[in-house]
Amino acid sequence: MTEVFEKIKAKALEDWYKLNSNKWVRVGGGTSGQAMGSYEIFNKAKNILDKNFSDVNISLVSAIGLMYLEPIVDITLPDGTRTYYGNVDSTEIENILNFHLSKNKPLLDRVFAGNDKAAKLWDIQNINDMPNISRQIKIATRNFGDTDPLSIDHYIARGGYSALSSAIFEKTPEFIVDEVKNSGLRGRGGAAFPAGVKWSFLAPSKEPVKYVLCNCEEGDPGAFNDKGIIENDPHTLVEGLILNGYATNSSNGYIFIRQGHEIPINAAKKAISDAYEKGLLGKNILGSNFSFDMEVSLTGDSYVAGEETALMEAIEGKRSTPRYKPPFPAAQGLWKKPTNINNVKTLSYVPEIIRKGSDWFKSIGTETTSGTAIVCLSGHIKFPGMYEIPMGMTIREVLEDVGGGIFKGKSIKVLQAGGPLNGLLGEEAFDTMIDFDAMSAAGASIGSGGIIVGNEKTNIVDLLRNLIAFNQFESCGKCFPCRLGNTHMLEILDRMCQKKSNPNDLDLIQRIGSSMKSGSLCGHGQLGYNPILSAMKYFREEIESAVNGKINLTGANRDGKMILPTRTRP
Amino acid sequence: MPENSNLLEKIKHSLESQEQPTVTILSSLLAIQDNLHYLPKEGIAETAKFCGKSTNEVWSVASFYTNFRFTPPGENVLDVCWGPTCHLLGAQDIIDDIQKSLELQGEGESKDGKITLKYNTCLGACAQAPCIAIDHHIHGRQDINSAKKIINTIRNK
Repeated sequence: MTEVFEKIKAKALEDWYKLNSNKWVRVGGGTSGQAMGSYEIFNKAKNILDKNFSDVNISLVSAIGLMYLEPIVDITLPDGTRTYYGNVDSTEIENILNFHLSKNKPLLDRVFAGNDKAAKLWDIQNINDMPNISRQIKIATRNFGDTDPLSIDHYIARGGYSALSSAIFEKTPEFIVDEVKNSGLRGRGGAAFPAGVKWSFLAPSKEPVKYVLCNCEEGDPGAFNDKGIIENDPHTLVEGLILNGYATNSSNGYIFIRQGHEIPINAAKKAISDAYEKGLLGKNILGSNFSFDMEVSLTGDSYVAGEETALMEAIEGKRSTPRYKPPFPAAQGLWKKPTNINNVKTLSYVPEIIRKGSDWFKSIGTETTSGTAIVCLSGHIKFPGMYEIPMGMTIREVLEDVGGGIFKGKSIKVLQAGGPLNGLLGEEAFDTMIDFDAMSAAGASIGSGGIIVGNEKTNIVDLLRNLIAFNQFESCGKCFPCRLGNTHMLEILDRMCQKKSNPNDLDLIQRIGSSMKSGSLCGHGQLGYNPILSAMKYFREEIESAVNGKINLTGANRDGKMILPTRTRP
Repeated sequence: MPENSNLLEKIKHSLESQEQPTVTILSSLLAIQDNLHYLPKEGIAETAKFCGKSTNEVWSVASFYTNFRFTPPGENVLDVCWGPTCHLLGAQDIIDDIQKSLELQGEGESKDGKITLKYNTCLGACAQAPCIAIDHHIHGRQDINSAKKIINTIRNK
């Protein structure tokens, strides 16, 4: 019965209120925070508190997404004020803490924002009025910046696992599948397939062992939202995957992550073991008849392992090359058992969809793509970071309002959206809506959610070479059109950069691209030509003049050569 | 040879102390490399025995994933990102300079054995590009000088 969970929740809430009514220092963690030294800041702050303010709590919390301000430290006082410090340096943290905690007011010239109360009291920027916060609708990222990702109690106190508890005691699996269907949730891994429909392929099978897999391979350069969700709020994914298991009557779940990314890997492992401890995973979850096991499966470095059937090969411990389809995973997937696979983001929406209802989710976004997009902004943009924006916002709004516009340069010339198998977009396309169908009509894709911004000095051919070099390096080698095609395309782009192009190079590259499209098993080969195809739409002149030997490169590759790994998979 | 038996012991220990329920060739190889920082050929043979597979099957996996290496790395592994975001923000200049200071033509070990240079397709912190990582610890917003500083600190350790 739900009483078991209500008891767990009551305890978590009590602790949460206690934490919030005392002085509480929060330091934003995560991979991006680590890159800016936030772990050092946290350790230093902890030492200072231990020494001078032993009654003050401190937590390493999830990243709020405003990565240009990292490391971010915020302080909550018992009066309800919460104040944020950005770009905190390890030499000033002692001063900030001493001042704020002993005087009970912020060091005003160092804060960048405060909550409603703090903003009013000290006349500072209200964090909720910052455009890159106010334009967001946070669903999958609802806890970002607030909770300790390694604390299951924080997650529960904020409403977590109540969707699961109510589902397994009060709702049928069919109801959950229908809710996900009705919500219009489409797969966020790139293919945009309706998630509920996918689940309904797996649900009817009576096999005792069925798998639900979560894909966090996320090899796309420029995308960090899958790992971002896992490291910042792993339980929203774990709960989503358990709900996926319940809805499809499956027995086992896997979270699939690339080795080496220690922060998300450890967060996922800890979340799973804590969920077991609370009785939210394992045999007879919360005393119900539903049993479900989950583990983390690590893969080696291979981009293609993110393709659904290649991913299954990797979990089975083999080379991650794609399988022929059919049979489709719902009939025969991992270890030949019926299997469903979804991306991290897709699953992370599910707890809130069940908690608040599918109609609520459907009311956000556009007609054909409900919900939000979790975008990762990087490159020549003022406010790089991770933002959850409603579908339907235009690219220009994302760049200007959320991203703050150009950084280091005069104007934004090019976007690379959705990973290296997707397109480049030029200025003409910036009024495109962020929505699966509108983006693909413009020749790009939301794909993984990465948006890389290039300024007016960006050389398109050089950028294409970088993307194709990635595709060449990561081709698994199974289908020769992909393995050789990418190598040839890279050679041609390399020639163009070195002013040694042949007149028929564009024609050649087009022929290679179309053979790759028709002759490859998976998206890696089928879509590999996309960056060039889309670039031809927006930057034809620049590419044509490169064929004619006119190209200007600056930096280390001024002689036209690029430092690259040289490798083709055996 | 005691050294060899020590190596074998470490390999066996890595194989047997895998905690996750699903144990495969890939998970075994990852466990060995995690522990030893490379895959010695004894590791391939032991994995084959441990998983009940042929050496061939194990090699096919080991040779596929680009994180596996078959010789011991330097004391520290330096990953430099060449992904598109880092590329746009000057990664080529940084890589070029690092290679010069480590006297390397491509990836590999510095002569003093302190640093192994590796190219990385994306370290996952693109908002802080350009990035480099020392033993998986990422350092963001790098330029030639800051990267040089980090490298010198390691080399003088």
